[in-house]
Amino acid sequence: MLELVNVNTYYGNIHALKDVSIKVEQGEIITLIGANGAGKTTTLMSISGIVPPRSGEILFEGKPIQGMPPHEIVSMGLCQVPEGRRIFPHLTVSENLDMGAFLRKDASQVKQDLDYVYELFPRLSERRTQQGGTLSGGEQQMLAISRALMARPRLLLLDEPSLGLAPIIVKQIFQIIRKINEESRTTIFLVEQNANLALQVAQRGYVMETGKVTMTDTSDNLLANEEVKNAYLGMGE
Amino acid sequence: MDWGYFKELLMGGVVKGSIYALIALGYTMVYGIIELINFAHGEIYMIGAFTALIAAGVLTVAGFPAWSILILASAAAVVWSASYGYTVEKIAYRPLRGAPRLSPLISALGMSIFLQNYVLLAQTSNFMPFKNLFPEEGFLENISEVLSATEVIIIFTSAVVMILLSLFIKYSTTGKAMRATAQDRNMAMLVGVNVDKVISATFIIGSSLAAVGAVLIASNMGQINFFIGFIVGLKAFTAAVLGGIGSIPGAMLGGLVLGCTESFGTGYVSSDYEDVFAFTLLVLILIFRPAGLLGKSDIQKV
Ligand SMILES: Nc1ncnc2c1ncn2[C@@H]1O[C@H](COP(=O)(O)OP(=O)(O)OP(=O)(O)O)[C@@H](O)[C@H]1O
Ligand SMILES: [Mg+2]
Repeated sequence: MLELVNVNTYYGNIHALKDVSIKVEQGEIITLIGANGAGKTTTLMSISGIVPPRSGEILFEGKPIQGMPPHEIVSMGLCQVPEGRRIFPHLTVSENLDMGAFLRKDASQVKQDLDYVYELFPRLSERRTQQGGTLSGGEQQMLAISRALMARPRLLLLDEPSLGLAPIIVKQIFQIIRKINEESRTTIFLVEQNANLALQVAQRGYVMETGKVTMTDTSDNLLANEEVKNAYLGMGE
Repeated sequence: MDWGYFKELLMGGVVKGSIYALIALGYTMVYGIIELINFAHGEIYMIGAFTALIAAGVLTVAGFPAWSILILASAAAVVWSASYGYTVEKIAYRPLRGAPRLSPLISALGMSIFLQNYVLLAQTSNFMPFKNLFPEEGFLENISEVLSATEVIIIFTSAVVMILLSLFIKYSTTGKAMRATAQDRNMAMLVGVNVDKVISATFIIGSSLAAVGAVLIASNMGQINFFIGFIVGLKAFTAAVLGGIGSIPGAMLGGLVLGCTESFGTGYVSSDYEDVFAFTLLVLILIFRPAGLLGKSDIQKV
């Protein structure tokens, strides 16, 4: 469904992604884990076209998308919930959700999806007219995911959905991620620092270090891997 | 206290202020989205006035009735100013997106000077008489003791235009996309907004409002030349900063406050210092409330 082939991305002179190759199959949840500054966010921003790669290829359903403007990439069904949630602070909850459906023309289906996300997160439904910026961190994460779902993505990129949230909320968010994957067959590309959690929901994982993919395997194998255990699973701390 | 005189000054201030507000909206909307002070905005206004002048001249010679001249000349001014606004953004600002902030600012100054001189060459530096496009007779004449029919039309038109704009920004898809882009441009892209289009739309709307302002003022003042955009632009910019640059209700309020300050200043103190009042107010606001009356107290943005 999505394939990165030797992608190189730069910020000025900083070489942030070095020959990154990643493959995501239809219907699966894959995760990309790595330490701070490894290049995980940059990978997602390269895919979405916000930080276009300088070389390499990104194929979405067989079509090259590198160099395409972000809004065209979104229109193909590739959406992102970015790091830090990025709720529009002065739009209300319902306006934020409208923005998620910005490119859609099927008003009646949009209405259905709106009901669906309000059902998924009743908390948001209670806060429809509240400004996005005044929501709590957990609520903002729910809103960010809902906003992306409003686009009916076929591939959803999630950047650190657990960041800064209480364990109970994290658990809830991860249940929803699983549910989205199972119910609507949405393929999910999950970036996480919380490797333990990520490898529990994902079928496969990639490990990234200083801009390079250093390891890839099934989640079970990665969970059992000594190096991964030591570096990312907080064992022996 | 002489209430009649007070009322006269107040209404005069509202008339002036409505027009400052219309033009201030263009500054504030552009700033809200791309954080650029579009110095060429005053010139877009001036071009609107000249377009209306020329169109009205042609239509009068062709023998059109007065009301149709008003509508067609205003429409011509709006379309022409909007095309200039759109083009200025495309050639002078878009290529500099992502460049250091000073670069587009210099480009804006350059555009302003270029447009002034281009109209100077095409139209000479003389003031040209601008015939009032509004019908002075009829029911409007007796609607107010203080205001002329033209002044009533100025207040009414500005109010309608500003209400329509507010509804558009609040409820339309493009309006929401504009607000989203102003709040977080990259995130707007990530939900599928074509930010280039939103920026163009902002310039087109701001320029159209300036053209409406131009038809209104020129009709009231009775003459125009290539330099009128400079002082009105400066005043409208002051109004935008006064209200809180980037804030749409701020621009409207800032315009009215500025108009009234000038009107009371000239009426009660001295008419020699009209511009001094405006800029004194600006300085005071910048010292005591740098984010403006309705601006977010996010000083970095200002
Ligand atoms: N806008 C930017 N300008 C310059 N360098 C940047 C920019 N964004 C990221 N970088 C650099 O690129 C590298 C990768 O950053 P990135 O944000 O992709 O890491 P990450 O894996 O997402 O980290 P984290 O887990 O902390 O979110 C870092 O060295 C970072 O300093
Ligand atoms: Mg990151």
